[in-house]
Amino acid sequence: MAGDTRQRTARHSGRLCADLNGFREVQRLSYECAEAVAARLRPGVTEREAARMQREWLRERGVRDWFHLPFAWFGDRTAFANFRIPLQFFPTNRRLEPGMPFILDMAPVYKGFSADIGYSGSLGLNPVQDRLMADLQAHRALILEQVRERRSLREIYEDVERLMNRQGYANRHRAYPFGVIAHKIDRVRERRWSPTVFGFGTQSLKGLAGDALHGHREGWSPLWSPYHFSDHPPQPGLWAVEPHLGFRGTGAKFEEILVVTDSRDPEESAFWLDDDLPHVRRWAEEEKAA
Amino acid sequence: MSGMSGAGAAELAGARERWVRTGGIELCVVELGEKGRPTVLLVHGYPDSKEVWTEVAERLATRFHVVLYDVRGHGRSTAPQPLRGGFTLEKLTDDFLAVADAVSPDRPVHLVGHDWGSVQGWEFATVGRTEGRIASFTSMSGPSLDHFGHWIKKRMARPTPRAAAQLLGQGAKSWYVYMLHTPVLPELAWRGPLGKRWPAMLQRVEKVPAGSYPTASLPSDAAHGAWLYRDNVRPRLRRPRADAYAHVPVQLITPTGDAFLSERLYDGLERWAPDLLRRTLPAKHWIPRTRPDQLASWIADFVSAREEPTSRALGQKAPAKYADRFGGQLVLITGAASGIGRATAFAFAEAGARVVAVDRDAEGAARTADMARLVGAREAWAECVDVSDEQAMEKLAVKVAAEYGIVDVLVNNAGIGLSGSFLDTTAEDWKKVLDVNLWGVIHGCRIFGRQMAERGQGGHIVNTASAAAYLPSRTLPAYSTSKAAVLMLSECLRAELASKSIGVSAICPGIVNTNITATSRFAGVDEAEERRRQERSSRLYGLRNFPPEKVADAILRAVVRNEAVVPVTPESKGALWMSRFTPRVLRRIARLEPRL
Repeated sequence: MAGDTRQRTARHSGRLCADLNGFREVQRLSYECAEAVAARLRPGVTEREAARMQREWLRERGVRDWFHLPFAWFGDRTAFANFRIPLQFFPTNRRLEPGMPFILDMAPVYKGFSADIGYSGSLGLNPVQDRLMADLQAHRALILEQVRERRSLREIYEDVERLMNRQGYANRHRAYPFGVIAHKIDRVRERRWSPTVFGFGTQSLKGLAGDALHGHREGWSPLWSPYHFSDHPPQPGLWAVEPHLGFRGTGAKFEEILVVTDSRDPEESAFWLDDDLPHVRRWAEEEKAA
Repeated sequence: MSGMSGAGAAELAGARERWVRTGGIELCVVELGEKGRPTVLLVHGYPDSKEVWTEVAERLATRFHVVLYDVRGHGRSTAPQPLRGGFTLEKLTDDFLAVADAVSPDRPVHLVGHDWGSVQGWEFATVGRTEGRIASFTSMSGPSLDHFGHWIKKRMARPTPRAAAQLLGQGAKSWYVYMLHTPVLPELAWRGPLGKRWPAMLQRVEKVPAGSYPTASLPSDAAHGAWLYRDNVRPRLRRPRADAYAHVPVQLITPTGDAFLSERLYDGLERWAPDLLRRTLPAKHWIPRTRPDQLASWIADFVSAREEPTSRALGQKAPAKYADRFGGQLVLITGAASGIGRATAFAFAEAGARVVAVDRDAEGAARTADMARLVGAREAWAECVDVSDEQAMEKLAVKVAAEYGIVDVLVNNAGIGLSGSFLDTTAEDWKKVLDVNLWGVIHGCRIFGRQMAERGQGGHIVNTASAAAYLPSRTLPAYSTSKAAVLMLSECLRAELASKSIGVSAICPGIVNTNITATSRFAGVDEAEERRRQERSSRLYGLRNFPPEKVADAILRAVVRNEAVVPVTPESKGALWMSRFTPRVLRRIARLEPRL
């Protein structure tokens, strides 16, 4: 599958191809980090410690700037239970216990390319989260299909929500700022000093704000939300898509980059940047086992 | 042997009677079920004999080796001479060990006690010399005298208002204990008028079904049994043992309507019984007579979990809210393929109930059942039935009763929306909405309610009404009418079924984010406009974003507290208040036409 993507992207212009490789590299690095940190999680580790482990792992490998600093959610915080204000997203001193679900979410900037990924897992067995993860596969397919059909982002959002309801889940990405299921990401200029504000990198925020301004003039938005301002067809560019399911105190999500182009060929008009990611491999293995 | 058996034992099919001699008295012991199976030993209370257990024993005998015996001085066991000092807990422990050794010499027994049987059971489960002879202990309506002693001491030592209230409360409930300490009078009363009237009193006050219980030995049981109190209560309460820790897993079944024992007695019991499973039951004191099905199922579950270590590991998950109340109960929910019904199914599943998910959307119901099992339902089934179809509902009831059992909690939740002015609403529209919203509830209550009432062991019916039931509007005449009917039906049914210990609650959710808006019919507009209004109202409900899970929580709470009318969202509560105190304002508001 990965070969497929590469072939496809090779047909794009050289610059775009190089760009995509850069984004793919940082996305892979992030997922590697998530898997490495997940393997090191033990009972008693706190969310703050897990977030720090991600930050340090990535810093050691050359990450200096962030779209946002790493998050970690344990237990019912994976489903954002009783979240009322955005500050509750930040890692707490909640300790991991056997069987608890967890989500690691990070958005590093590496060599000027940013990624935003989400990794769900559990410490030991958690059949509920396994089911949530398995059911996310349908969402990945649905989103890609509808983006290729160039339906309005708001309608796609509502269709995803309907699918979640049919599956018996709550839509938990509604808890994110602006209720977004996805947001645009882009290249980020590397500066010697790259501060963060409330966990978000200022450079990346600047890019997002620029997009928002352009979008506002042209009738689109870099935030893919359930609101009126997302009632437009998919805008070409890179979207970090993060459908987040919640089910009675257990949450699961994936987050990865969807590439949207202005090509007329439906296959090329939108595709997932990388098909060699942990959750995709997991679904493939499950299919093979079944 | 059969010639010797008394009236109660004769009732028990296949009962084997034997006598166990110990400490100069003879105990009458009855065995049921196959000998090789795990032994469940049932100990009766005061003023009872082993026949109090007949209903429970019959139900357990298919799966276990069930043993009952008359406590010394009760039923057909002989009484010690002299009576004074013959009923100490030490001697009762000797009796228990003698019976256990006789009926199950190689394997420990599963002990079950009610009332004084449970008081004894606590003694057996906490003294050293029974270690290895007891596999588990199920206690109902009888605290350990030692724990009780510590309970009193703790509250006397620090009489905060709450502690004082608890002491006074239990003190008032214990009036009969003081009476029993007077000399001679209790014996005279029991052998005289009280003994004669007792069966009728039990039926009237405690709702114990009429029948062969209590047995003819009641006056002498009660007279002898007074010494249980006189020999034990004062010494134990004055000097409770400091080491009364249970060395076995304990299941505590607390009837919430017990006139003699406060629920607060068991606060902090985890200190004494580290492996404790709590169960609560809305019933009065004599649960072995009034709730045999539930008791048998809980005892069987508890015993099986201790016999099969694999299933025990599964049960180790932290208990969910209300798990003590709904564990193992059969709950049937209509309209369970989505929205409030589905969330309710999951909430009951989390509490360990067995769930039947009914909906006309077979796929959605199957999904609900599937997920319910995942979150903790012991068992879950999906049934594809249209609630407005009387025959289908009849068939469903027959099938459920035959395959899954009698429903303990029924949630009539299925409903459809219909919006549009009265003059635009066609007869067809009216029929459709009344068929589902009202007739569906009527069929459910009639068919399943009858089964509940005939079983005579209580239950609960929840009907999903709506805030629209008391909120007039020009946009929802048909829907509001159907829901108002459901509300009144629930109130009437509540009055009727109260005498059968069946509670009825009407839930009035308000604006909740479910797909009812997406499937609602909008009368008097064309298809495109209907579609637009469905989308628009769905978005508005989405913005309100009140989750169906909160309604499900309210439903479980309503069942636990037996609430009559339960408004859920703030707007629903506000509207109920206004409908009572400022109806004119509501009528004014009803004239406004909301723009969609």
